[in-house]
Amino acid sequence: MATTAISHQKSSFSQGLLAGISIAIGYLPAALTFGLLAKSTGLTFAETLAMSLFVFAGAAQYMALNLIAIGTGAFEIIFTTFIVNIRHLLMSASVRERVEDDHPIIKAVYSFGITDEVFAVTTTQEGKIKSGFVAGVALIAYCSWVINSGIGYYVGSILPTSLQESMAIALYAMFIALLMPSLKKHRKVAALAISAAVFNSLLSLFLPSGWSIIGATILASAGIEILTKKGGHSK
Amino acid sequence: MNMTMFLIIAGMAIVTYIPRMLPLVFMDVEKIPNWFQAILRNVPYAALGALIFPGVLTVHENTWFGISGAITAIIVGYLGANLIIVVMSSIAMLMLLSWLF
Repeated sequence: MATTAISHQKSSFSQGLLAGISIAIGYLPAALTFGLLAKSTGLTFAETLAMSLFVFAGAAQYMALNLIAIGTGAFEIIFTTFIVNIRHLLMSASVRERVEDDHPIIKAVYSFGITDEVFAVTTTQEGKIKSGFVAGVALIAYCSWVINSGIGYYVGSILPTSLQESMAIALYAMFIALLMPSLKKHRKVAALAISAAVFNSLLSLFLPSGWSIIGATILASAGIEILTKKGGHSK
Repeated sequence: MNMTMFLIIAGMAIVTYIPRMLPLVFMDVEKIPNWFQAILRNVPYAALGALIFPGVLTVHENTWFGISGAITAIIVGYLGANLIIVVMSSIAMLMLLSWLF
């Protein structure tokens, strides 16, 4: 990675755009489906687009559609969104620890785009993360989300069902691909990912998914840290 | 846009943005104790584990589709392929499975 950065001298922003292409592909079926569902829930085109433009949160938007469909009040919908998205506190803190120092306004702007996927792509980079890189990854992901939500509203069924269903694997495949390079280098990475997966499987039996992901991430991150410290070979 | 929908979208936007923005803008890295920094550095890999599993089992009504897609991604990713190749291979594997079954 470091060698490509030196040899190509590409700006960190365009590197971010490139690195975000996988997210854009992964968002395509999810956003098309969101647009389609929003229409069937009775939202107008403007409302559908506005939700993707201003909220930019896949799981929360799906959940909101469900709640709107069953006639839930505005407060409950907003509160549920908050609960689902509270996990980003942890992700944002983790990005903060790795990102280059920059003007608070710049950070306030690109922090809007820190979804699970943008977080995953940026924080698995080696070394300090450039603001431009985060902005590039976030921008291409955001464009894919907003544009495909709009397309989905009108032509959601444009893709054959088998392709739409197959593309649902895209984001998971990307998460796995992001883990592999570090997994090969550090045994600790495997311990972190596997223990978090196990904790999440257990916690999700009795917690909503947002809380379960937070709980599993904290338990694994802290637990493995304590274990490696005790073993005396912290990196 | 009716008033309720406007409120819903505005409220959702605010409660989504705040958790993403607060730590990034207002957390002072200098003041974070070392042990907490170490934990925060673990977060990406732990979060990836939690984001992948058990969610990957539910990408298709047939659990084996998700498992096959994940195994494809693990193998292709382990061989060192580019991110997009890994993603495309997994999609291709599921397409293949949906033609076969």
